[in-house]
Amino acid sequence: MLGEGILKGLKETARNALGSYVSKERLTTVEYPEERLPLPEASRNFPFLVYDGTDWESGLRCVACQICEKECPPKCIYIEKSKDKKPDAVGKPQFYPAKFDIDISVCMSCQICVEVCPFEAIKMNTEFELSTDDRFEGLLLDGKELALSNEYYHQIHPTEAAEVDARLAAERAAAEAKAKAAAAAAVAKAAAATAAKSAAPAGAPATNTSAVPASTIPAGPTAQNSTGTPTAAATAPPASQNDAANADAPRAPKTDTKKEGDAS
Amino acid sequence: MANQADQIFVLLKHWIVSIFPAVVQPYLGVVLSVVAIIAVFPGLFALTTVIERKGLGRMQNRIGPNRTGPYGILQPIADGIKSLTKEDIIPTSADAVVHFIAPLVLVVAVFMGFAVLPMGRNMQLVDMDAGLLFFFAIGASTELSIFMAGWSSRNKYSLLGAMRAVAQMISYEVPLLMSSVAIVMITGSLSLVKIVDAQNQYTWGLPHWYIFTPWGFAAFVMFCIAATAETNRSPFDLPEGESELVAGYFTEYSGFKFALFFLGEYLGMFSISGLGTTLFLGGWSAPLQVLNFVPSWIWFFAKVMLSIVVLIWIRGTLPRLRQDQLMNFAWKFVLPMTLLNLFVAAIWRFMGEGLLRWIVCSAILIGVYVIVGTIGMRRKKFGPRTYRYAE
Repeated sequence: MLGEGILKGLKETARNALGSYVSKERLTTVEYPEERLPLPEASRNFPFLVYDGTDWESGLRCVACQICEKECPPKCIYIEKSKDKKPDAVGKPQFYPAKFDIDISVCMSCQICVEVCPFEAIKMNTEFELSTDDRFEGLLLDGKELALSNEYYHQIHPTEAAEVDARLAAERAAAEAKAKAAAAAAVAKAAAATAAKSAAPAGAPATNTSAVPASTIPAGPTAQNSTGTPTAAATAPPASQNDAANADAPRAPKTDTKKEGDAS
Repeated sequence: MANQADQIFVLLKHWIVSIFPAVVQPYLGVVLSVVAIIAVFPGLFALTTVIERKGLGRMQNRIGPNRTGPYGILQPIADGIKSLTKEDIIPTSADAVVHFIAPLVLVVAVFMGFAVLPMGRNMQLVDMDAGLLFFFAIGASTELSIFMAGWSSRNKYSLLGAMRAVAQMISYEVPLLMSSVAIVMITGSLSLVKIVDAQNQYTWGLPHWYIFTPWGFAAFVMFCIAATAETNRSPFDLPEGESELVAGYFTEYSGFKFALFFLGEYLGMFSISGLGTTLFLGGWSAPLQVLNFVPSWIWFFAKVMLSIVVLIWIRGTLPRLRQDQLMNFAWKFVLPMTLLNLFVAAIWRFMGEGLLRWIVCSAILIGVYVIVGTIGMRRKKFGPRTYRYAE
């Protein structure tokens, strides 16, 4: 029958129009500025710099290695390396970015900077309300605007941040353990050397007895006092730290081998 | 008291006119009525845009505008400010004068249609003996302005839109007139005031509206279809089909001229709804005798707004027709049905009172509707397509 379909259609639209007043599930609209949908965890917009602790300047993880600057496809990162060094969150002296700017009008949110960063210092932000009335200066974010705390990182990407924290903690622990082992080995070697030098007639058993207490003594400057003699062993680690400022983990073995070479 | 409320605008007009000297009184009365029409209908237009946007939104399970003012009521004011402050662009190769005049011609022509509509008891600008004829003559001149707009823009989309509009409006002008002629045959008058008076009678408390007769109902349905096409409303909005023609004949219009076209279109809706109300829904008469205490102008505007809501409802429901479907529908279905309806109205007129004419007239109309609807509108069954290639 002609017109039947029209009546059916009219019924359907009427049901929709009236139904949206009855059941709220029909209205899928989220009225944005007031209410908003939670962002998915994988969402990303522009990069930001993570800092530990409370102060962004001292806590910045970035050591101005400039890998991200070189890798950035649209070249929107501008870094100036500092002349001096500042102690970072764990107290090690490090270079820091004297200037760290990202031009988010150029950034294409590719996340390559995040992937290449060896220090977990740059991460992707989820903030998208970045409109400004100045399209040049307003979209060039400097270090202060980019720096955001690790707690914020945990808020926006909880899973990823937890992984990163675990990885950093593991690295730190490994580095500490290695440093400790290296210091202990150095102390032991130094002690053995002095023992061998001073008490050559005493023989092998004497070196063994002197080495055992030396290894039990905590690593670091205290070892210096106990043995007294090995000045080279105590001063070497900080000096080598200065040389290898970029790498954290590989430092301990490197100093170890150097030390061994010196000793032998 | 009820009578005073009914005639409040008429009394107000007489009171204002009586203040002035006798020489200017006749002119002043006309000016006052014109000002009232020019003030009321754009106001209704503003209201309608909100109703339309909210209503369409709800039909699509959206909320619709709700930011400006409570429930988005102030949205038309924001829209008005926006269209007033926008840049007015005239294309370099356009015919500037015609381009400028076209929206004005449209609005003026549409406003003139309101002159003969009785909007309440004793509330009409002019009680013309040939009111219906005047209305259609003026209504047809809107085609002129649309073609002016499309032609002067020097834009192919505008021109295509205008040509579609003219073809469509001329095609549907015929059934529109034919369905109204049935009323004239029964009433014996072209005066819209007399047509309303003829319907303003009650049997057992029920009104004598023409929609409650077989031929009247058929004519009303045909009138609605033709009126929807005449006002370029969906599903007959081919002249401004935005997916095909950008905006049709007003593609090259911006700013306030665009707003004028928009206004003209909605005013056209109001005037054609007002005419439909007058012809079929008893104009300003109450739907039940007991409701006669409600002022007549309230009934008129309530009926007009109701038909506007139905138009919005249809717009939210039906997809746009194709050009050939549009023409087929006009010439193969609507026009034959209206011609038949004239015949049925004549039978009704000469069969006299009684149940028999109800049965005969209904049977003829339903029978023909079913036959034409099923056979005439049947989709042609084409076989599998064969291709012929050059040898």
